[in-house]
Amino acid sequence: MKRNSVAIVGASETTELGKVPTMSQVQLHADAALNAIADAGLKLSDIDGVATGGHNAVEIAHYLGIVPKWLDGTSVGGCSFMLLVRHAAAAINEGLCETVLITHGESGRSNLGRHGSSIFPSLFQQQFERPFGVTRPPTMFTIPVLRYMKDYGLSEETLAMVSVIQREWASKNPRASFKDPINVDDVLNSKMICYPFRLLMCCLVTDGGGALILTKADRAKDLRQKPVYIRGTGESCETPMISQMADFTSSAAFRVAGSNAFESAGITHSDVDHLMIYDAFAHLPIYGLEDLGFVERGEGGAFIADGNTRPGGSLPLNTNGGGLSYMHSGMYGMYALQEGVRQMRGVAPAQVEGAEISMVHGVGGMFSASGNIVLTNVK
Amino acid sequence: MDNDQRELPKPTPETQHFWDGTKQGKLRLQKCKSTGEVYFPPRHFCPSSGGTDIEIIEASGRATLHSYVISHLPAPGFTPPYAIAVVKLEEGPKMMCNIVECAQTPEALVLDMPLEVSFEKVNEEITLPQFKPAGK
Repeated sequence: MKRNSVAIVGASETTELGKVPTMSQVQLHADAALNAIADAGLKLSDIDGVATGGHNAVEIAHYLGIVPKWLDGTSVGGCSFMLLVRHAAAAINEGLCETVLITHGESGRSNLGRHGSSIFPSLFQQQFERPFGVTRPPTMFTIPVLRYMKDYGLSEETLAMVSVIQREWASKNPRASFKDPINVDDVLNSKMICYPFRLLMCCLVTDGGGALILTKADRAKDLRQKPVYIRGTGESCETPMISQMADFTSSAAFRVAGSNAFESAGITHSDVDHLMIYDAFAHLPIYGLEDLGFVERGEGGAFIADGNTRPGGSLPLNTNGGGLSYMHSGMYGMYALQEGVRQMRGVAPAQVEGAEISMVHGVGGMFSASGNIVLTNVK
Repeated sequence: MDNDQRELPKPTPETQHFWDGTKQGKLRLQKCKSTGEVYFPPRHFCPSSGGTDIEIIEASGRATLHSYVISHLPAPGFTPPYAIAVVKLEEGPKMMCNIVECAQTPEALVLDMPLEVSFEKVNEEITLPQFKPAGK
């Protein structure tokens, strides 16, 4: 990873988020792509690299009328877009292509033109997990949490505080799905989904998309937008089966991707002005804070409940409202990256004043994979 | 539980011994002869050492309740709420299962409680390894 050698010069979400019954999944990709290309002040014909996750990359290129020189279809769940940013930066530095378009689109709610599942079936999962009644993510991603709660004394009330504080951020965001304030009682009294997880501890299920345009940093300065540089990156994976996660209180994929991102960026934790931790469920920011090393093991819940990550706190976290309150189409990583870009451009609805470094963490599958991107607006 | 609706495993050459074992009331694991490590799920080599000098062993069937959820979501073949558990086997590996012969409540399902294997014959081909409170 050559630090700050590649920049994000175009970034956009789909025109609409939430419930979009007027578009199938491929059109959500295209809507975001066209918005991002316009945002960059470029033309479709300027794109010579195409990457996407969770959808056939060939279909996206063909739909947009692009015959690319470089293609990447890495699909490891919701963090695929962090990995694609990393791979695209390497490809641009290697001279394989000049201008990469990374797209995401997912008809998660309306289920229009969606093929297959974003939860990647594996041989082992089919044999050794599915027979015992695991179905959708709430029945899998949540399984390690009682172990964590017992080992570290995390209470349901503290877990609920993650949802409460993310709603505080969402209330500042006009595009957030849920904006009304909630308290711990609201969370603990919401419908039981999968004990100990209540409805308000689980992410939304929505339609939407997003796209990014990457090119060399020296070219970026001549383009329309304030460049957002890729300062550091990391990626890893652990297991396709939640039951085989080595330590139910810590993700190996988070740790490896996180430490590689810090190392390649040449930064320490105190340099991070803004943080995104993929929150498909309320426990993920707790695991993320610990596995990325922002707090000691077992301290993540208290760190959040004490207000450190809320608006005005020392470490602004999930400032768009997150997957819990902003939107979550199924593969949320693209939206976390979009918020990182907005913060670095200085245009986020809940802008962190003076922020120069943003870390954007992603998870794929059920603690299966992870990607991590460090963005900066200072070259 | 309506067994017929559950998603059932399709054994492969690497896992056939495991599913043959459960039909005979045996919980089979694999052990690396060079490192002594016992591992699961099955494969033809030790995932720690890469060594292919391995043997199939019969597990004691003793385990502890490592973690679980109680799902209130619909699932084919299950009547919610039902627990989906991960147990830690005495030999080391973790394994997903349901907890049978036990109330599906947080009060009855206590982390680290001792469990023992219980074989549930679904049909002529498949017997699932389940776990129940020890001594029950």
